Amino acid sequence: MIRIAIAPLGSCSGCDVAIADIGEDFADIAKIAEIVYWPTGADLKLEDLEAIDYIDITLSHGSIRTSEQEEILKLLRKKSKVMVAFGSCACFGGIPGLVNLSPEREDVMRTAYESISTDKGEWPSEKSKIDGKILTLPKLYNLGHSHDSLVEMDYYVPGCPPVESQIRDLLGVAVAYSKGGELPPKGTVIAGARALCDECDREKPEKIVIDRFYRPHEKEADPNLCFLAQGIICMGPATRSGCGTRCINANMPCRGCFGPPPGIRDQGSKMLSAITSLLAADREAELGEEGLRELLERISDPTGTFYRFTLPSAIINRRLNDGR
Amino acid sequence: MKKVFEPRIVAFLCNWCAYSGADLAGVSRLKYPPNVVPIRVMCSGRVDPQFVLEAFREGADGVFIGGCHTPSDCHYVNGNFKTYKRKIVMDRMLEQIGINPRRLRLEWVSASEGKKFAEVMDEFIAEVRKLGPVPRMKEGER
Amino acid sequence: MARVGVFVCHCGFNIAGTVDVEKVAETLGKDKDVVFSTTYKYMCSGPGQTLVQEAIKEHRLDKVIIAACSPGMHEATFRSAAEDVGLNPYDVEIANIREQCSWVHDDMEKGTEKAIKIARSMVRKVVGNQPLEPVKVGVTPKVLVIGGGIAGIQAALDVADAGYEVILVEKETSIGGHMAQLSETFPTLDCSQCILTPKMVAVSRNPKIKLMTYSEVIDISGYVGNFKVKIKEKPRYVDPEKCNLCTDCEDVCPVVVPNEFDMGLSIRKAIYLPFPQAVPSTYTLDMEKCLGLDPIRCGKCIEVCDVEAIDYDVHPKIIEEEVGAIIVATGYDLYPKNMLGEYGYGEDEDIINGLEFERMLSASGPTKGEVRRPSDGKVPKRVVFIQCAGSRDPDNHLPYCSKICCMYTAKHAMLYKHHVEDGEAYIFYIDIRAAGKGYEEFIHRAMEEERIVYLRGKPSKVFRKGEKLVVWGVDTLLGEKIEIEADLVVLAMAMVPGKGTGEIIDVLNCAADENEFLKEVHPKLRPVESSTPGFFLAGAAQAPKDIPDTVAQASAAASKALSVIGQEYLEHEPAVAQVDEDLCSGCEVCISVCPYGAISPVGGHAEVNAVMCEGCGSCAAACPSGAMTLKNGTQEQIFDMIRSILQEG
Repeated sequence: MIRIAIAPLGSCSGCDVAIADIGEDFADIAKIAEIVYWPTGADLKLEDLEAIDYIDITLSHGSIRTSEQEEILKLLRKKSKVMVAFGSCACFGGIPGLVNLSPEREDVMRTAYESISTDKGEWPSEKSKIDGKILTLPKLYNLGHSHDSLVEMDYYVPGCPPVESQIRDLLGVAVAYSKGGELPPKGTVIAGARALCDECDREKPEKIVIDRFYRPHEKEADPNLCFLAQGIICMGPATRSGCGTRCINANMPCRGCFGPPPGIRDQGSKMLSAITSLLAADREAELGEEGLRELLERISDPTGTFYRFTLPSAIINRRLNDGR
Repeated sequence: MKKVFEPRIVAFLCNWCAYSGADLAGVSRLKYPPNVVPIRVMCSGRVDPQFVLEAFREGADGVFIGGCHTPSDCHYVNGNFKTYKRKIVMDRMLEQIGINPRRLRLEWVSASEGKKFAEVMDEFIAEVRKLGPVPRMKEGER
Repeated sequence: MARVGVFVCHCGFNIAGTVDVEKVAETLGKDKDVVFSTTYKYMCSGPGQTLVQEAIKEHRLDKVIIAACSPGMHEATFRSAAEDVGLNPYDVEIANIREQCSWVHDDMEKGTEKAIKIARSMVRKVVGNQPLEPVKVGVTPKVLVIGGGIAGIQAALDVADAGYEVILVEKETSIGGHMAQLSETFPTLDCSQCILTPKMVAVSRNPKIKLMTYSEVIDISGYVGNFKVKIKEKPRYVDPEKCNLCTDCEDVCPVVVPNEFDMGLSIRKAIYLPFPQAVPSTYTLDMEKCLGLDPIRCGKCIEVCDVEAIDYDVHPKIIEEEVGAIIVATGYDLYPKNMLGEYGYGEDEDIINGLEFERMLSASGPTKGEVRRPSDGKVPKRVVFIQCAGSRDPDNHLPYCSKICCMYTAKHAMLYKHHVEDGEAYIFYIDIRAAGKGYEEFIHRAMEEERIVYLRGKPSKVFRKGEKLVVWGVDTLLGEKIEIEADLVVLAMAMVPGKGTGEIIDVLNCAADENEFLKEVHPKLRPVESSTPGFFLAGAAQAPKDIPDTVAQASAAASKALSVIGQEYLEHEPAVAQVDEDLCSGCEVCISVCPYGAISPVGGHAEVNAVMCEGCGSCAAACPSGAMTLKNGTQEQIFDMIRSILQEG
C-alpha cells in the first residue's frame, strides 16, 4: 500500500469534488493506496500532517496566498516522494492569482473590514489576545503563487478542475509507482500535448478574420463555427488540450484553464498576439492605424482575459510599481 | 559618487526598413547614445509579445520595435500592421502589470530615414532615462 | 557543444577607432560556446577571409561570427568563404558593430561594451542556427504578360524572341493601348501607329505568343516559377477566324455610342472595330450596348453577316494557365477632368485633355487630322496649353510629376502650328523638364523655331465668355497678371495608374505605392521587380513614363522574367517558417496571418509551402501554441539573444 495525500491549500474544493467525481473508480485507489491526509474528506489538522512520517504521492491543490499555505506546501514537499500540482491554481496560480494585478494586501483588508457591510472597522492582526489567549493568524500575502514557484513539483494536472480522464491517468501513475514501475519524466503535464483546437471539431472558415470582438453574452454563438471566427475570444488556441472541449460543448468559449500548451512560455501574451493578428486581417490598410485602434479598444482587460488562470506563472507575473 | 543611470534598451529592427535605416544612420555618421542594442528580425511582424515581456523581465528599461511605414511599405505586405495591433493591446497589458507603456516604443523608420532613426533613438533613450530603471520582480517577494 | 569562432574586424579605424576590438575578441573568447576569437585589420580582404578559413580548419569551428560591418555588406562574402571550407553558410552570422555601433558612437568604453553585447547576442543566435540548404523548385517556362499596350507588347515579343511561350492578356478588344491613340511621338515626330502597328502584327503572328484580348486575369495562386492563373475571356460574339471586316454588320447596327478609342470625339456602333489596325483584326459586339440578343428586338447584324461570323450564343470562358513569371504592364489613365474645378470640371467641350487632342491630330482620328473645336467645329485660332494639370500639386491634386507632359505639350503646340499656320499657341508651365535624348533640343525648337509662347505660371482659372475661353494666369517671370482669350484649351492631365492597375493590384495582391502605382522592390537597384517574387513591372503602371522608358523597362522586365523561367529550377531562401506537427493544434491562426497564402491545413495541422514562404515570421509570432517557428530565428534563439544583451557585465 502506498500513502497518498490530497491537500487543499487556498482551494475552492472544486478539485476535491473532481476527484470524488470519478465515482466507483475511487475504489481502485483504495486497492493500492491508503489516503493518509485529506482534510476535505476527514477532519485533519496541521498536527496530523506533521505526525505523518512520509507520503508517497501528494496531490496539492489550491492557490498559495498565505504563510500557512506556504508552510503546509513545504511540509508536504518534505514528506512526499512525488508532488503533483493538481488543478490550475496549483499549476499556474489560477484565478486567485489574478490578485497579482493589485498586489496590496492592505487593499483587500480595507475592502473586507472597512466597507459598509462590515460592522467594525478593526483589522485582524496576525497576533491578538482574546480571552487571555494568544490567537495567531497566518499572514496574508500580497501575491498569489503557483506551487512550483515555492517548491519543486514532479507532475502537473491542470484544469479548473481537472477532468476525469486526467485523474484516471494520474491513477495510472500511482499504480505504476505502487508496483515500482516506470514513471513519467519529472515535469510531465498530465493533459493533452497540443492546444485545445486539436480536440475541437468546430468548423473554420478558410481564413479566420475577426471583424470586431463580441463578449459571449452579446451574441448567440453558432454552435458549429469556431468562436474566433465569430469574434468571440476563445482561449483554445493558446490553451493545452485534454479537457475534451467541455466548455465549447456547452457553446461557451475556452477560458484557458489548462494553461499554455507545451510550445510556449507565456499564455497571455501569445493569445494577445494571435487574436490581434486576426483582427480585421483583411482590411488593415483600409482601416488604418486609427481604425484598428478603435476596434482593439474592445479588449478592455487583456491581462485578466488572457491570463485568467496563469498570471502567477507568466513572464511578468505581478503588477509592478513603475514609479507612479 | 552617485552612479548615473544608463538605460538598457533592446531594439527589434526589421531587416528591410528600420535596420536599413539604422545602417544609414551609421553610414551618415549620425550620433546617438549607445544604450540601444539591436536585434535584427526579418519583419517587425516577427516580434512576439513574449519577447517584449522577457526583455522587461530581464531588466530592459525600454524596448524598441522598428518597422516599415504603414500602410504599404512593409516588405512582407502587412507585417507592420500585425505589430501595430499587438502593440496597441500590449500597451494596455503593460499598464495593467505596472510597466509604463512608454517604455515600449513602436516606430516606422524607412530605409532612407537614417536621420529619423538617430533622432528617434535620441528621443527614446532620453525618455527612458527620465522614466528611470524598469521595475523588477523581486525574488522571494510574497 | 558548439565550437564558435569570433572574428572581429578593425575595418581600419572605422571600427577600431571607437571599439576596442581586442577587448571584444578577448571577452567573447571567454564565452562558453566560443573556442577561438581574434581580430584582423580588414576581415573582408583576401588574407582576412583566408584567416577565417584557416581558423575554421585548425580549430574545428562549426559556427562563425564575423563582427564587422552590416550583414548587407559582407554576409554573402563570409558565408561563401566558410562554405568553401565545408561549413554550412547558415552557420555564419554577422555581428554589425560598424554601422550600428562604431559609426554612431564616440565613447570608446561604451562603444566597446555595446559591441560585446551585439557580438555575444549573435553568438547565441548562431549556436541555435541549423544548417540549411536552399529549397529547390521546378519552373514553368512560360510568362504571363498583363496589359497589351506598348509595354506589354514589347515584353511579350522579347520573351517570345528568346524562345519561350507567352500569354498576353489585354482587357480591351485590341492590343495597342494608349500608344495606338497617339498621333506623332516626340522628339522625332514619327507617326505613332506607323512604329507601333508592326509590333502589334508581330505579336499576332508570333507562334510563341498566345494573345488573349477582351480578357482579364481574375485569379492567381502559386508562387514564383509556378503560378496558376485564371483568365476570363469575355465573349466577342464575333468569330475572329471568320470575320472578314466587311463592315456590313456595323452599317446595319442601330446603336450609336461614343467611341472610346477617339476619346468620345466620334461615335461607334454596338458592333464595332475599335480602329482599323486593331489586333486581332475583328469586330466585337459590345453586349452592354447591344439592344439584345433576342432577334425580335434587333438581330440585324446576324442577318447581314454572310460569313456567319456572328454567334449570340457564346459565354464568358474561364481559362486556366500555368506560368513561371508575370509581367504587369497595365498602364495609365489620365487624371479625370472632373477633378479640376479650376478648369471647369471638364464640363466645357472646348477644354480638352492631351489624349483628346492627340486623336484630333491623328490622320485617322475623328477630324481626320484637322484641329477643330469640339463645340462648333471651327478651327481654333488661339490655343492655350496648360501643363501640370493635376500634377505637382500636393495640396489639391497629385504630388508627383507626370514626367511626359512637358514634352508632349511642346509636341502638341508644334503640331497645332503645323496644322494651323496662323494659329497662336501659348503654353503655361511651372518648369520645363526635358531630360532625355533629344528632348532639350525639341523644347528649344518649339520655343525658338515654332514661335510658341511659353508662359511660366499656372493658370488659376479657365472660364467661358461667349465664344471664347478666358484663361487667367500670372507670368511669374515678369510678375504680371495674364488674361488670354482662347478658342481651345488643352490640359496636360496628370497620369494616374490605369483602372486595370488597381484591379490587378487586388488580384495579384502585390504592393502599390502611395499613389497606387505598382511598387518596385527598390527604386534604384531593383526597379522592375515587385516585392512579390516572380512579378515584374513594366511601363506606366509603375510610374509615369514616356515611350522610350516604357520600352526599356518592358525589355528589362522581360529579361528579368527570362532569368526566372530560363532556369531548370529556382533556389529559394531556406530560412522559412516551419511547423512542429507534434505541437500544432490546427487552430489556423497562422493561415489567416500569412500574407502569401503559404500555409495550408493538412491533416489537422498547418503545413508551410517552403517555396511560397518569404520568411517574415509573422506566423511564428502569432502562433499561440509555439508550433510555428522561423528557421534560424526561433523563439528560443531570440529569448537567448535578449538575455545575452541584458546580461550584466
